[in-house]
Amino acid sequence: MSTADEGAASKQTATFINVGERTNVTGSAKFKKLILAGDFEAALDVARQQVESGAQIIDINMDEAMLDSEAAMVKFLNLIAAEPDISRVPIMIDSSKWSVIEAGLKCVQGKPIVNSISLKEGEDAFIAQAKKVRRYGAAVVVMAFDEKGQADTQARKIEICTRSYKVLTEKIGFPPEDIIFDPNIFAVATGIEDHNNYAVDFIEATRRIKETLPHCHVSGGVSNVSFSFRGNEPVREAIHSVFLYHAIKAGMDMGIVNAGQLAVYEDIPAELKERCEDVILNRRQDATDRLLEIADKYRAGGGPKAAADLSWRQNDVNKRLTHALVNGITDFIDEDTEEARKDAGRKGGRPLDVIEGPLMDGMNVVGDLFGAGKMFLPQVVKSARVMKKAVAYLIPFIEEEKAKKAAAGIADERQTNGKILLATVKGDVHDIGKNIVGVVLQCNNYEVVDLGVMVPAAKILQTAREVKADIIGLSGLITPSLDEMAYVSREMDREGFHVPLLIGGATTSKVHTAVKIAPGYKNVVVYVQDASRAVGVASSLMSDHLRGGFVADVKADYEKMREAHARQQQSKKRQSIAAARANRTKIAWDAYTPERPRKLGLTRFDDYDLAELTRTIDWTPFFQTWELAGKYPNILEDATVGKAARGLYNDAQAMLQRLVGEKWLTARAVIGFWPANAVGDDIEIYTDDTRKTVLTTFHTLRQQMVREGNSDRANAALADFIAPKDTGVADYIGAFAVTAGIGTDEKVAAFERDQDDYSAILFKALADRLAESFAERMHQRVRKEFWGYDPGETLTNEALIAEEYRGIRPAPGYPACPDHTEKALLWTLLDAEKNAGVQLTESFAMWPAAAVSGFYFGHPQAAYFGVGKIERDQVEDYARRKGMDPRTMERWLAPNLNYDPGST
Amino acid sequence: MATRADRLEALNAALRSRILVLDGAMGTMIQRHKLDEAAYRGVRFAAWPRDIKGNNDVLSLTQPDLIRAIHGEYLDAGSDILETNTFSSTRIAQADYGMEDLAYELNVAGAKLAREAADAATAKTPDKPRFVAGALGPTNKTASISPDVNDPGFRAITFDELKAAFGEQARGLLDGGADLLLVETIIDTLNAKAALFAIDELFEERGERVPVMISGTITDQSGRLLSGQTAEAFWNSVRHAQPLTIGFNCALGADLLRPYVAEVARVADTYICAYPNAGLPNAFGEYDEHPHTTAGHLGSWAKDGLVNIVGGCCGTTPDHIRAVAGAVKSVKPRVLPRCEPAMRLSGLEPFKIAS
Repeated sequence: MSTADEGAASKQTATFINVGERTNVTGSAKFKKLILAGDFEAALDVARQQVESGAQIIDINMDEAMLDSEAAMVKFLNLIAAEPDISRVPIMIDSSKWSVIEAGLKCVQGKPIVNSISLKEGEDAFIAQAKKVRRYGAAVVVMAFDEKGQADTQARKIEICTRSYKVLTEKIGFPPEDIIFDPNIFAVATGIEDHNNYAVDFIEATRRIKETLPHCHVSGGVSNVSFSFRGNEPVREAIHSVFLYHAIKAGMDMGIVNAGQLAVYEDIPAELKERCEDVILNRRQDATDRLLEIADKYRAGGGPKAAADLSWRQNDVNKRLTHALVNGITDFIDEDTEEARKDAGRKGGRPLDVIEGPLMDGMNVVGDLFGAGKMFLPQVVKSARVMKKAVAYLIPFIEEEKAKKAAAGIADERQTNGKILLATVKGDVHDIGKNIVGVVLQCNNYEVVDLGVMVPAAKILQTAREVKADIIGLSGLITPSLDEMAYVSREMDREGFHVPLLIGGATTSKVHTAVKIAPGYKNVVVYVQDASRAVGVASSLMSDHLRGGFVADVKADYEKMREAHARQQQSKKRQSIAAARANRTKIAWDAYTPERPRKLGLTRFDDYDLAELTRTIDWTPFFQTWELAGKYPNILEDATVGKAARGLYNDAQAMLQRLVGEKWLTARAVIGFWPANAVGDDIEIYTDDTRKTVLTTFHTLRQQMVREGNSDRANAALADFIAPKDTGVADYIGAFAVTAGIGTDEKVAAFERDQDDYSAILFKALADRLAESFAERMHQRVRKEFWGYDPGETLTNEALIAEEYRGIRPAPGYPACPDHTEKALLWTLLDAEKNAGVQLTESFAMWPAAAVSGFYFGHPQAAYFGVGKIERDQVEDYARRKGMDPRTMERWLAPNLNYDPGST
Repeated sequence: MATRADRLEALNAALRSRILVLDGAMGTMIQRHKLDEAAYRGVRFAAWPRDIKGNNDVLSLTQPDLIRAIHGEYLDAGSDILETNTFSSTRIAQADYGMEDLAYELNVAGAKLAREAADAATAKTPDKPRFVAGALGPTNKTASISPDVNDPGFRAITFDELKAAFGEQARGLLDGGADLLLVETIIDTLNAKAALFAIDELFEERGERVPVMISGTITDQSGRLLSGQTAEAFWNSVRHAQPLTIGFNCALGADLLRPYVAEVARVADTYICAYPNAGLPNAFGEYDEHPHTTAGHLGSWAKDGLVNIVGGCCGTTPDHIRAVAGAVKSVKPRVLPRCEPAMRLSGLEPFKIAS
């Protein structure tokens, strides 16, 4: 027997099927990282390399707590299906969750292997799953596991496998040749005597199973056996090789083992081989001790070679930290930070010195490159992520030291450049820009206290006092926030604050800051145009010798702006609202029959397909968010920002895949159509086609600029695009509210817990893009299907972005209808809070922020325009139509007033 | 009237003794009648909101005499097995015409027409019983191929949607009286697996199994299905359904299809059924292979022991079937090979692990 076995060994080795486990998140740290990062492209490369290097079957496992394993399995299998280089080999669908297995089975056209099922949950569940496996046309791995637990001894392994075999073949006619038993490989040499016979138990059980259960196969996860030697790869490889040598002879014909982790049996040094064999075959009492004795001797030299692009790892730790910061690499940051901490300790330094020394040195390089235009915002935010992780690593050490010093009565404060309090003002929910500013400031060693969004003035002032903020920064996106910022500045003045106030955000401007905010506060108010200016402004304000000059310059500059603004005001002539109305948009209503929307009333979309929305994303504004100027897709090839844009775009695409695949967000919408006619500058919306009962009335504002004598341009109002009631034309209007932001908070919180501002900001920016895309896509479907006035429309994404279609979807708060308060009517009409899950804040900002709402106008002449500045006569008329107090109305329309509401 | 069980017993006996003949193309025969939109609509669908010309399956409802007559012509030509006029009668394919809710009815009607024609012929020649194979086409969507080249992970249809549609179709076919089910013109094996899954579930629910025939389509001389599988890999993917026959139809003429039929005939331990097109289409999209040419190829397949059932796909006519029936009439059917037990897996390519 033994000689025949020796002779057969090489042949059996040839038929042994090595199942690759590099596409297994539980078996490969690299693969896990790629999948968690949503980098399916690179994950596919792993699969491809594995097949190219000879894997005959690939095992795919997505069992990871942080993943939607089903979605990841489906996504990866679908992607593999499109790669003939990979999908030529059979797939092993590996999960401990049946739902994941079944989801996978629905994606594979070939005959796969299911890994695994067992009697763990009893015979009924086992039979039900096995029947399905058969119906899906798969082979199956059966674990030696039953109601009592996992088989450890030889007898239990044989007992469970035999019982499983009988149930499968006799009760449901499962083909025995499609059964693969996994009789459990457990770790040996653990120091626990009970474990010493585990390898023998497996090998002998395998022999018996193959003898008594015809046509079946035996497999196992080989790396388990050497688990107690983790970290010592050469010894592990030797153990695997020795184990397989004996198990294959006993009939094991499949195994999950990393081919790179397998020594050639013949090449194992005699001494090591003998001691491994003693352990595997449990030949002596002291086998474990004897292998441990020599294990260290083999440790060196066996490790994997560093890849070429890791050459920077050869540098000293300070250079490595700088490299990691500049390039945004978090992979080694813990170990490098630890090394720097130990270095500092040896020199008598403290953990804090690592932050103030090498880490800040690295961030200074980042800051210099950023200042010199050699790095861009997305890269800087990635650098900040590295910094945050390093700091997070050091915090426990710093706390420990602090506690010791406190016990000794010594105060200890970290030296920063200053403490800056940031907040998005009351009523506003937009914070992407504010968060970017926060990150950039932190990169430059400012301590940032971020109060978040919708922060009332009192809370801002109270916190600023408590934390002794050196500077306060306010942010906002919607126009009512301008007013709120002015209010905060007056409150600061009233409460006797002295610290500088910074103003930023999309609707803010230098002129608004100079004219409306700065006069309210006797100390300095500075408009910060974008995140890249924040550091310059902050450092000037914090520097004792720069501050005086800087503040004087700003104040002088703003004074000049105020004067220029006042002069301009007088020159901006407006015509009376009556004259403007006489010059309304001319539409030949008698020649036009509006199409009746296919369905009047509301239509809800509770869970819109995110994947569909990814296809119509307008990327250009996404890059603007990150202060990268240029139009997509040309920006990706731009000589200056192309590299940064590409990096950002790749990260965005990777995140988008996960976002969609794992359904981080839910997209909801409500749309509606009603009979409508214009009455003056108002639009009456009727309950039904009889047009007798008014459901609600929308109010529109009209351009009042003076048109030159020979200009045929109208003074437009949105009401012009709806047929006037007295024409008798049955016209219609639509309305909508869409969001792609349901679920934002949870995900952002998870990123922030992980010190990952970069991903948090990226995520929010993507949610915004998806919401915009949703609005665009919904408008398209409205034109083609729901209203259906242009069913044959075929436009490319570029044409859509260029708005080359019939009809418009203006939003309250934007130039064509600048009055945010109209949103309240819109919300009642759509019941948008209930139907789309979007709430309005007191300033009429939508929450979640990734949301878009507005009206649908279908007339071919309907076009976007800006209302511009309006006069008191219209504001008073408008307030009367709306039933609002003219002073309140002026507050909401403040940015559009062509007069100073204070004067008479 | 014999029961389905009786007929299936007769079918098994016939398969053991001779090569059986399937019918030829239904579409080719319908085209000869140059039906206009009104003819497709008939009375019932006169006001249907969409054009339905080209929806051949609806003719089972609006022109039943025509379909019955075509079945009759093939039976006269010597067909043992008729395919029902239900190639596109899934709710997925019928959605093109807005007729998805008619799917079940189309299958019942299609099966009934073939049943009536077959029973009439059997009554005339009781020594040559005729059978009805309920045809399940591939649908117009693929479960393992993305229709969007820029988004390879995207799928226009899911396994579960296909399963539901095929289950509804198979139920209609059996309710209408089909003896067998024929999952045919498979361009994506995952679609076929969904059909086979649905059929197996249906069998369990009804407590009755009928034989299943499986026929793939090798799209071109790459020798692969559209979804990329080789002939043997395809067999490995569907073998679990224990089909009565495996084989190929459509896309190629008999001359070009032969190597793939031979490949699967070598490895499959079940009957082989093949029904090629009448050659490749000419410049006008017409099939002009002469019936004797087709018959010559299929006759040599039979003599070489490759097949158990033969017939015709696109472009074949009763004349082709008559010639084919003559060519295989006295030839012994293929003997099933014995296959050693082994785990036969597949990706795009087959992979065998010996037991």
